[in-house]
Amino acid sequence: MKHLLSIEDLTADQIHHLLELTDHMVEINSRPIPKVPALRGKNVVSLFFEDSTRTRTSFDTAAKRLSADTMNFTVSSSSVSKGESLRDTIETISAMGVDAFVVRHKSSGAPQMITRWTNASIINAGDGWHQHPTQALLDCYTIRTSLNRHDSFEGLRIAIVGDIKHSRVARSDVQAFAALGAHVTLVAPPTLLPPAVETWPVEVSHDLDSLLADLDVLYLLRVQRERMDDALLPSLHEYSALYGLTPARAARLAPHALVMHPGPMNRGVEMVADPGELPGSVILNQVTNGVAVRMAVLFWLLGSGSDLNRTETSS
Amino acid sequence: MNGTAMSRIVITGGTLLDQTGQRVGDVAIEDGRISAVGSDVTAGATDTVLDATGCIVSPGFVDLHVHLREPGMEEAETIETGSRAAALGGFTAIVAMPNTDPAQDSVAVVDFVRAQGRKAGFCEVLPAGCITVGRAGQMLAPYGELAAAGVHVFTDDGNGVQDAQLMRRALEYARPLGIVLAQHCEVSSLTKGAVMHEGACCSRLGLPGWPSIAEELMVFRDIELVRLTGAPMHFLHLSTGRSVQLVREAKADGLPVTAEAAPHHFTLTDEQLSGFDPLFKVNPPLRTRADIDAIKAGLVDGTIDAIATDHAPHSAHTKEAPLDEAPPGMLGLETALALAITELDMPLSTIVAAMSWQPASIAGIADRHGRPITVGEPANLTVFDPAQQWNVVPAQLASKSRNTPYAGRVLRGKVRHTVFGGNAVVVGGVAQR
Repeated sequence: MKHLLSIEDLTADQIHHLLELTDHMVEINSRPIPKVPALRGKNVVSLFFEDSTRTRTSFDTAAKRLSADTMNFTVSSSSVSKGESLRDTIETISAMGVDAFVVRHKSSGAPQMITRWTNASIINAGDGWHQHPTQALLDCYTIRTSLNRHDSFEGLRIAIVGDIKHSRVARSDVQAFAALGAHVTLVAPPTLLPPAVETWPVEVSHDLDSLLADLDVLYLLRVQRERMDDALLPSLHEYSALYGLTPARAARLAPHALVMHPGPMNRGVEMVADPGELPGSVILNQVTNGVAVRMAVLFWLLGSGSDLNRTETSS
Repeated sequence: MNGTAMSRIVITGGTLLDQTGQRVGDVAIEDGRISAVGSDVTAGATDTVLDATGCIVSPGFVDLHVHLREPGMEEAETIETGSRAAALGGFTAIVAMPNTDPAQDSVAVVDFVRAQGRKAGFCEVLPAGCITVGRAGQMLAPYGELAAAGVHVFTDDGNGVQDAQLMRRALEYARPLGIVLAQHCEVSSLTKGAVMHEGACCSRLGLPGWPSIAEELMVFRDIELVRLTGAPMHFLHLSTGRSVQLVREAKADGLPVTAEAAPHHFTLTDEQLSGFDPLFKVNPPLRTRADIDAIKAGLVDGTIDAIATDHAPHSAHTKEAPLDEAPPGMLGLETALALAITELDMPLSTIVAAMSWQPASIAGIADRHGRPITVGEPANLTVFDPAQQWNVVPAQLASKSRNTPYAGRVLRGKVRHTVFGGNAVVVGGVAQR
């Protein structure tokens, strides 16, 4: 594999392999000095055309723990704002010697387009409404470890609730969860569902309450205020009443059920209950696992047989 | 004028195909007109002989929908390069869309476009006027002045006229002038930010969808406005099955409506966007296999009168952008005939009708283009080999831009010679100027 652009490009076996690799990374992260020389000399450039401190920081941490050199390039401080084309930006930075670009872009497909103009690996860190593959992998890893489902997600019932239509997380998660065998239900008002949703490997419901008791995972998505401007929702208050996770709804979840969210949360909208008081909340585990998953992805794409068991010596 | 213009031209060995039927015969051309037709035409020593062995000789093609980009976007195309591409595609007349900068909403601009076309000398360039000033959808353009300056087709192409009241007034005002308004059917409130056809593919790719109904609603509205006002209307680049059916029903009701379809809308589907390549971004967008079938059926039964290219050149760097930022449009002039022959299961006579005399009639130039091949008619003729296979190589196209979605495709059917106004402007597949 040269790039990680979309979950669609991965087989179930490849997803499992990456999750097993993540186990190694979690072990490394538990060491007193959580750093290995696996990617020493590799140059990993974060290229964020859209602001995202948490994803960028997570990738940055992952690259550093593997001893890669890192460089950050954000749109606000770049020549893109001076009218430089995407192609010229990529070719210019590539000319400095880059092994991997971690790309976040507001336009669906931008990371794929970038592959034309560089020999470096491209890791999609979120493009438009399209894909956020490392988010899906870290979500899979979190479910796998929290529910002890190391072989498959067969029989797991997962509900993804919220603005599916505009969500790269939903697109990636649906594909990953379905590939691992889970039964996925999308829960949203019809205006926040994607077109031709019948072609997705999911069921659709508009009634969260009827599903709660049977769920293994309740996955909440962020609902944005601007959706009301496009007449997709009457009000956030109504959304919250119909689809928000209230303490009453949380009480109806099975004791083992997980509550997940890709962040950042809208408290009082999709998340009405205090997540700190939800026994099933693994939202912070998702963040922690994000670093390990991104280490696994970087190592998988750039590692070329390096030994993960060597510890970092002084340098 | 070049040398070939002055001498007698003789087209030998071809099969003549026009609205009167098909027959074997040679054609002689003198002083811009057909001077002899038949088996007894003999070429003299000083004549220019165009070999048409194995070829069809037909009235020149007419393209109702071409973006020449001049004035304003000469980086992508000029009237000279675009009309050269047209001649190589077998066209002897092309309607130049008015989304230039400045827009073709004044006599000064349309006169300029026509003059540039004459200077290039490859084909007749017919500037279309705007329906509204600056294509802004607010005020009527001066149809009377523009009609007096020879403009027959009026459109805000690129934009649909959103305001139903304005569109009603436009049709009412246009009616006595004998002109035709041509609509780009798109209800813009339904296509905000739209990049591709709304369907399974756009859902998977996470791109904003351009729903079929955004076109169909305006087709329906305008058919009813035609019914109300009695003014004729031409529908540009129909892309959906339901649009074709609406026009079919309007024609059955006897309404004065005509319609065109672009080759990409009967050859390519939305699945082409799976690789996020902006070469496949076009407006209206590539749709589904069912829509392609409906457009083909519309061409077969005559619901769709014309194959029009919507030739839309864009310089390379503007297409090297993410799909939502790249401009819509693709080249069409040099591949239209071959795509029609290769992809449409239709007799050649039906294809030529949709590329020649039917669009000539819509463009208001039936007095000089798309004429029967008989003595005394203006010599606007296309000679093409319907069996010749060729490979689409973007760098070999005459257009100033390279944004064809057919690179590498092997197509069947190629223009060998084009005669415009009695001049052989393309000979042996090579432009003569």
